[in-house]
Amino acid sequence: MKQFDYVRPATIAEAVAAAAQPGSAYLAAGTNLLDLMKGGISRPDRLVDVTRLPGLDRVEYPADGGVRIGALVRNADLAHDADFARAYPAVAEALLSGASAQLRNAATVGGNLLQRTRCAYFYDTASRCNKREAGSGCDARGGENRLHAVLGRSEGCIATHPSDFCVPLVALDAIVEIEGKGGRRELPLEELHRLPGDAPERDSALSPGDLIVALRLPAAARGFAAHARYLKVRERTSYAFAVVSAAAALRLENGKIAEARLALGGVAAKPWRVRAAEQVLTGAAPTAAGFLESAQLALSGAKPSGENAFKIELARRIVVRGLTSAAAGTPERIPALPASPFASVSGALHV
Amino acid sequence: MSELNLTTAPAHVRHGSNIGQPLTRRDGVLKVKGQATYAADNHPSGMLFAVIAASSIARGRVTSLDVAAAKRHPGVVEVMTSSNKPPLAIDPEIKTNPFVFRMECLQNDEVRYANQPIAVVIAQSLEAATEGAALLAPRYETLPARVGLDAGEAYVPPVVGVGSPTVNEHGDVEAGLASASQQIDATYETPPQYHNAMEPHAIVVAWDGDRLSIDMPTQGLILSRARIAELFGLPHENIHIRSPFLGGGFGSKGLMGGPPVLGIMAAKLVGKPVKLVLRREQMYGPVGHRAPTRQRLRLGADGEGHLTAIDHHARTVSSSYDDFYEPAAGASHTLYASPAIRTTHDAVRVDTGTPLFMRAPGEATGSIALESAIDEMAFACGMDPLAFRLKNYAEVEPITGKPFSSKALRACYEQGAARFGWSKRKLAPRDMRDEAGLLVGWGVGTATFPAMMFQAEARAAIRSDGSGVMEIGAHDMGQGAWTAFAQIAADGLGLDVDRVEFRSGHSGLPDAGIAGGSAHTATAGAAIHNAGAAVIAKLADLATRDQRSPLFGAGNTGVVARDGKLFRRDDESRGESYADILARAGLAEVEARGMGTPNPTAQADYAMHAHGAVFAEVKVDPELGQVRVTRMVGAFAAGRIVNPHLVKSQLFGGMIWGASFALHEEAITDRRTGRIMNANLGEYHIPVNADVPSLDVLTVEEHDPHVNALGIKGVGEIGITGSAGAVANAVWHATGVRVRRFPIRIEELLMEL
Ligand SMILES: Cc1cc2nc3c(=O)[nH]c(=O)nc-3n(C[C@H](O)[C@H](O)[C@H](O)COP(=O)(O)OP(=O)(O)OC[C@H]3O[C@@H](n4cnc5c(N)ncnc54)[C@H](O)[C@@H]3O)c2cc1C
Ligand code: SF4
Repeated sequence: MKQFDYVRPATIAEAVAAAAQPGSAYLAAGTNLLDLMKGGISRPDRLVDVTRLPGLDRVEYPADGGVRIGALVRNADLAHDADFARAYPAVAEALLSGASAQLRNAATVGGNLLQRTRCAYFYDTASRCNKREAGSGCDARGGENRLHAVLGRSEGCIATHPSDFCVPLVALDAIVEIEGKGGRRELPLEELHRLPGDAPERDSALSPGDLIVALRLPAAARGFAAHARYLKVRERTSYAFAVVSAAAALRLENGKIAEARLALGGVAAKPWRVRAAEQVLTGAAPTAAGFLESAQLALSGAKPSGENAFKIELARRIVVRGLTSAAAGTPERIPALPASPFASVSGALHV
Repeated sequence: MSELNLTTAPAHVRHGSNIGQPLTRRDGVLKVKGQATYAADNHPSGMLFAVIAASSIARGRVTSLDVAAAKRHPGVVEVMTSSNKPPLAIDPEIKTNPFVFRMECLQNDEVRYANQPIAVVIAQSLEAATEGAALLAPRYETLPARVGLDAGEAYVPPVVGVGSPTVNEHGDVEAGLASASQQIDATYETPPQYHNAMEPHAIVVAWDGDRLSIDMPTQGLILSRARIAELFGLPHENIHIRSPFLGGGFGSKGLMGGPPVLGIMAAKLVGKPVKLVLRREQMYGPVGHRAPTRQRLRLGADGEGHLTAIDHHARTVSSSYDDFYEPAAGASHTLYASPAIRTTHDAVRVDTGTPLFMRAPGEATGSIALESAIDEMAFACGMDPLAFRLKNYAEVEPITGKPFSSKALRACYEQGAARFGWSKRKLAPRDMRDEAGLLVGWGVGTATFPAMMFQAEARAAIRSDGSGVMEIGAHDMGQGAWTAFAQIAADGLGLDVDRVEFRSGHSGLPDAGIAGGSAHTATAGAAIHNAGAAVIAKLADLATRDQRSPLFGAGNTGVVARDGKLFRRDDESRGESYADILARAGLAEVEARGMGTPNPTAQADYAMHAHGAVFAEVKVDPELGQVRVTRMVGAFAAGRIVNPHLVKSQLFGGMIWGASFALHEEAITDRRTGRIMNANLGEYHIPVNADVPSLDVLTVEEHDPHVNALGIKGVGEIGITGSAGAVANAVWHATGVRVRRFPIRIEELLMEL
């Protein structure tokens, strides 16, 4: 591969300064970045290894009742943190439905948020891709695009964001803490990922040098713990990205939905929160008809971007199922097949 | 292979002979400890790394390569292109025998498929060579790529598979269809698939003058050596290939392809040992694949559910520059009795690497279509699909009328169905659910694969200490050849397996033929058996002619060999050990050779096939369309089972592959460029553990006196056949939706559920 500099800063400030220089990239576990470098998709001149930065590998429970997750916490460690899984079960379930055990053991929270699309044309350097090379075109259009976006896409790019983790996070109002040249700031996760518009090359709202240091979930997100699920349809039982997924969370009071949260994965360039579909449920009883109405609203703006019309119908059904199973209650333990339609099958072993 | 100390494996309790014992693999300890050296683990001193630059277009010409940029990169030693490659002794386009396929080794600037090697960069490190290859930044003159089963004018190839006729006909198909009270006319599609052996193709090669030392995984040591010899103009004995272990081959390591030849050329160019390993994505092109097919099946059946006609047409593809045709329709020759059968093939040329044998070539693709159509017909006749198969059970081979050398398929159906619980199946589709409300479907498929024999030779010796040696250049692809052949050798030599030094896995040994066609155990096993018999005969000769031996005068036919001794057949109290016989004769060892060859008379008289019945259960989410295989039971009759442990693994592997065929595996080709868009194991899906939670294999006893001396039929490929169809049929039974395009995808089910 291309030769590059490797620096291992000792402090966050050093890291930000190093990464702010053109051609730099942060290296966390590298499970995505190294693949991109080996394939020649990313060709950084300098890797800024953040894995030894102090203080970023902790899950903390501040007094306000929320949770603060350091950017270097491993996906598996977070999912298996018992307090975390109890308070935010849909997030833990989403994490465990992603990738493989080996990858989850390595991958970091920050890396998961900023993983790049799996669009095959983005990976194939012989194809034109606006995201890889601004203004070059988009070969996914008119190509093999049955898994591409049906929401929020543009003429320039029809890719999706592949993260499972981000889907329940965005539903639960997660906040991202960022350290940049101008100091510390924070951003709702919903605003971290960008829709392609006319600049698909920009995945996120981050500027060069911006380092994600932590992720926070507010105390209010705990209110959904009793009725929160993540559901992910995929092309094999495990170790596959979502065709479509959904996080559904309900706060039930006296048999009525006091508050609903809903987000879809695998449909757009960002985790897709649908407030109108949440609001229509507020104050209603959890009924099949209500869930269907919510699903219709959630997909109301959806349009195929190629041979993927089925994803719209699939997404509707996933919304209905997700809300139905959330209403039924969070299972005592995360199912052996997390987020799977086969989660209910007894006797399954953990994957 | 003296460096392989296989006899340290744990001992096993045995009763009687070695054949038939469930020995664990003798190379297992080496593998678990990481001490089994695969080709790419070899690092001769001074070795350089070679990396292929592959084309990103599927058709056209390379117009420029930035060789200077690559050479400037630190660590790069040389760039081999079509202009500076060392010459070959013969044009690699010349097909010197039917097992020679055309290959790309930089003979010109033409590009015939995506991922074709267009240059090789040789460097001091893998990283430098990789970056050098990237810096070549090729430019092309691109022609439109021909992609897919309708890419051009269809033609009828002269033969399909290995020399099989394109058209086969028996009886009057049109009359059979016309007389039928039920007809099925259905078209099925199967995708291109790639072998994807875990171990990538690799070669480590060192020239020493005009001698070549090679580490390379191969399923055909002697065939590979012959091809290298003709390409480089070397005497065969100057080439030594070691291939003790393969990390899978599935047909893609049987015949020499371009990449290892490029490694040899690169080593010649730089005058140093070179290692060349394909990257995963580079395995999608120059090393073969299973061609896509579109198969139309027309079946007729009478009022009682007897087939009146089978018409099976298969469309497939070959490359623009060579010929291999997936013999898919051949699957209809052997399985179901019908007064009329016709099988036909045609093809179009597309811009891919040449398709090749891939585990159960023809049978795998053909079987999923045939088994689906048979299922459709059973339903049309209102019959249980197993009952329908039994009703159309072939007592003789349908296409030829020959008797079967043996066929315990009925027992497979019975025992498999009993183990599976088939009798509880509901006839109508979409009529079974589990406690969680998931749709449940049960399907069956019949498995079949021909029992073939090639040609092999083995050398056996008995040494003065009474131990034995068996030598044969056999191939262990993970199937357990080191173990199964040692068992056959031990019986052939009348010794315990731990008293036999079994040497295998390099080209300096007698020719074991190829590890392919599910015929390796039968072929090499027969040679080993015969070599053993021949050396025992020599030993017996020594003893029975010597007045000082207790066996004097017993005559060759009058002794038996067991536990390192010869005994008089008529009086087992009289015997003598091998060591004593050799000591008295003053010999360090006796040796003999034996051949394994097909018996042409038996082959002319009998149809020889292994059979099986596979039962599958799937669960399908009724709204979301996601499918999971939850249970498979396979019952197989494959003649003599040399090692039940290993056979079970082979059949498990085949059955999982069948599930993969039905539900997962597909190379996705960009329709415009001909590039494969999922050339990696993240996106080219094969089943993970969670996809097939429960597997059960039973082997049905079958004694076959005709196939070969040992009665072995082979189990390497049959597991896929039947299994893929069983899963597809189970999906239909669960949902009522008949998907005829494989793999079955969510969208095809979703909209119909
Ligand atoms: C085969 C395979 C299957 C997978 N399947 C799934 C799946 O089913 N579901 C799923 O959700 N994911 C899946 N993944 C993706 C996986 O979750 C990501 O690769 C992983 O989370 C990335 O984390 P990392 O620490 O390795 O990040 P890296 O690869 O190190 O970095 C990824 C990106 O984030 C940037 N980055 C990392 N940390 C920071 C930070 N703190 N601040 C700013 N920028 C940062 C890097 O510069 C880089 O651009 C799969 C990956 C693979 C290889
Ligand atoms: S969809 Fe987006 S990522 Fe994919 S090729 Fe088009 S521009 Fe690139």
